[in-house]
Amino acid sequence: MAVLVVGEHDGGALKAATLSAVTAAQKIGGGVSVLLAGSGCAPVAEAAAKVAGVDRVLVADDPLYANPLAENVAKLVVSLAGGFSHLLAGADSFGKNVMPRVAALLDVAQVSDIMAVEGPKVFVRPIYAGNAMQTVEATDEKVVVTVRGTAFEPAAVEGGAAKIETVPAAGDAGLSSYVGAALSRSERPELTSARVVVSGGRGMQSGENFHLLEKLADKLGGAVGASRAAVDAGYVPNDYQVGQTGKIVAPELYVAVGISGAIQHLAGMKDSKVIVAINKDEEAPIFQVADYGIVGDLFQLVPELTQALEKPS
Amino acid sequence: MKVLVAVKRVIDANVKVRVKADNTGVELTNVKMAMNPFDEIGVEEAIRLKEAGKATEVVAVSLGGAPSQETIRTALAMGADRGIHVQTDVELQPLAVAKLLKAVIEKEQPGIVIVGKQAIDDDSNQTGQMLAGLLGWPQATFASKLNIEGEGAEVTREVDGGLETIRIKLPAIITTDLRLNEPRYASLPNIMKAKKKPIEALTPEALGVDPKPRLKTLKVVEPPKRQAGIKVKTVQELVDKLRNDAKVI
Ligand SMILES: Cc1cc2nc3c(=O)[nH]c(=O)nc-3n(C[C@H](O)[C@H](O)[C@H](O)COP(=O)(O)OP(=O)(O)OC[C@H]3O[C@@H](n4cnc5c(N)ncnc54)[C@H](O)[C@@H]3O)c2cc1C
Ligand SMILES: Nc1ncnc2c1ncn2[C@@H]1O[C@H](COP(=O)(O)O)[C@@H](O)[C@H]1O
Repeated sequence: MAVLVVGEHDGGALKAATLSAVTAAQKIGGGVSVLLAGSGCAPVAEAAAKVAGVDRVLVADDPLYANPLAENVAKLVVSLAGGFSHLLAGADSFGKNVMPRVAALLDVAQVSDIMAVEGPKVFVRPIYAGNAMQTVEATDEKVVVTVRGTAFEPAAVEGGAAKIETVPAAGDAGLSSYVGAALSRSERPELTSARVVVSGGRGMQSGENFHLLEKLADKLGGAVGASRAAVDAGYVPNDYQVGQTGKIVAPELYVAVGISGAIQHLAGMKDSKVIVAINKDEEAPIFQVADYGIVGDLFQLVPELTQALEKPS
Repeated sequence: MKVLVAVKRVIDANVKVRVKADNTGVELTNVKMAMNPFDEIGVEEAIRLKEAGKATEVVAVSLGGAPSQETIRTALAMGADRGIHVQTDVELQPLAVAKLLKAVIEKEQPGIVIVGKQAIDDDSNQTGQMLAGLLGWPQATFASKLNIEGEGAEVTREVDGGLETIRIKLPAIITTDLRLNEPRYASLPNIMKAKKKPIEALTPEALGVDPKPRLKTLKVVEPPKRQAGIKVKTVQELVDKLRNDAKVI
C-alpha cells in the first residue's frame, strides 16, 4: 500500500485539511507521499517535508499550477496515480473539486468525507446531513477518498524528514482559466480550525449587527461563522456558512446566536466539544444539542457576555 | 443551445431521517420525497438561460426507479421542455450516474449541463466533477453566478476563502451552489401543461452502461446522540459554567 495525499497550500504553508488527510493516510497504512502543485512552491515543499508521518513530497512547480484549476490538477494526479493504492485529499472546496474528477478518470469510486478508517478499504462517512453514519467498503483496486478535517487531528508540522522529489507538470488541459478571486480577509483564526467559533443566524437582523459577534469572537480568540439564512440575507459572505452544505466545524466551543438549529446547520457543528445557544425562543431546536442554553434577546445578552469575559474569574 | 439538467429524487429536506432497525439503510417507505434542492436551482438556472435567449431547449434527466418520473414532471412544471428518464432499480452511485449521464449527453449534444453540487441524501458531491472528467469537459463547480458569453462562460464559484471566478470553454458542466438563484414555484397552469410534455424512457442497457455499485454498504447506524444540556438564567452563570465546569474559556 502507498498513499498519495493531494496537498493544498497557500504558497507558504500547508492547509490544515491536508494535515488531517495525512493523519487519515497513516491510519490506512503504507508509505505516505504528499503531492504539491504550485508555482514557486519550494517553501511549502520544505514545510511539507517536516510534517510527521510523511515519507515523500512530490513537487510539481510550474506556472500552470499558480491557481489550482480542477482540470489541470486532476490531470497531474492521474499522471502519478500508478504508484499509489490510495489517493486522498481534504474534503474542502479544493478536494471536493478535484478528487471526483480524478476518480472518474481512473474509473474508480470515490468515498467522500470520511470520518473514520476501519480498514484499508473500509470507511465511515456521514449521509443525510449526518443523520446516519454509513460504513462502506470500496471494491475498486484503487481508492479515492476525501477526508473530513474535524474527524482527524492534523499531523504535527514538525518531526518528519521526508525526501523532496520533483515531478513534471502534466500539461494544460486547455479547458479553463483563472479570472480572479474575492477572498474574505480576516485577522481572526480560520473557521474550520478555530478553537472557538461564534456564529450568527437570521436573528442577527443585519450585517452591521455581526460586529457584536466579532467583538465576542475577539474576546475568545475565535472565528465568526453563520447560518445559511444569514448568508442568503447577505449579512456575511458565503464562506462563513456552517452546515451540511457549508463548512464543517468542531471547535472546543461553539456559540450559536440567533440560530434556530435546523438539521442542515447542526450537520456542520454538532461535533463541537461544547455548544452554547443564545436564542429568544425557548423551543428552538438548537437547545436540544446545546450544553448551555440561555433564553433571551441576543442584543442584550451578547454585549453582556462580551463584557463579562473582560472581568477576570 | 440545448441545456441539460440532472434532477434527483431525494427525501425532502424537511423530513427527519430515520435509520432502519436492521442497519441496512434509512427508512424510505412512506417518506415525503422531493427534487434535490440543488437540482431545483439547476432547473431554475436552465430556464433563466432560455428566458434570456441564451438557450433554446431545456431537457431534464432523472435516473432511478419509476417514481423519478415525478421529479421530471416537477422540472417540466417549472418550465423544462422535455424529460428523459433512465429507469433502473439498481442502487445508483455517483460514478454510475456520471456514466449514464455521459451516454445521454452523447445522444443529446447539449451545450451546457447543470447538476447539483450535492445530493442531500448521499451527500457525495461527486457526480458533476466525475461527469466532466469522463467527458473531458471543463467543470465549474459550486457556482453562484453563471455568465454565458459566446463560446465560453464566466462562472463565480463559492470556495472556502470566499468567491473565485473562472472562465471555461463550452460545452461544460456546471454544479449549482445555494446562491446561484432562487427557484420558482410551478404555477397551476404550468403543472397542467407539464402533464403533456414528453418524457423519453431509457435504460442503462440501452445506453450501454453497467451501473453496478462500486461501494458496498456494510452498515448504516445512528450517529452518536448529543445530550441536551442545561439552561442557564444569567450571563454570569454561563461564564462560570464555561470557566469552571466546561473549562473552555
Ligand atoms: C439544501 C439545503 C442546504 C442547506 N444547508 C445549510 C447549511 O449548510 N447551513 C445552514 O445553516 N443552513 C442550511 N440550510 C438552511 C436550514 O434549513 C435553515 O433554513 C437555516 O439554517 C436557518 O437559519 P437560521 O437558524 O439563522 O434562521 P431561522 O431558522 O429563521 O432562525 C432564527 C432564530 O433566531 C432567533 N432570534 C431572532 N431574533 C432573536 C433575538 N433578538 N435574540 C435571540 N434570538 C433571536 C429566532 O428565535 C430563531 O430561532 C440548508 C437548507 C437546504 C434546503
Ligand atoms: N439518480 C440521479 N438522477 C439524476 N441526477 C442525479 C442522480 N444522482 C445524482 N444526480 C445529480 O448529481 C448531483 C450531485 O449528486 P451527488 O454527487 O450524489 O452528491 C445531484 O444534485 C444531481 O444533479
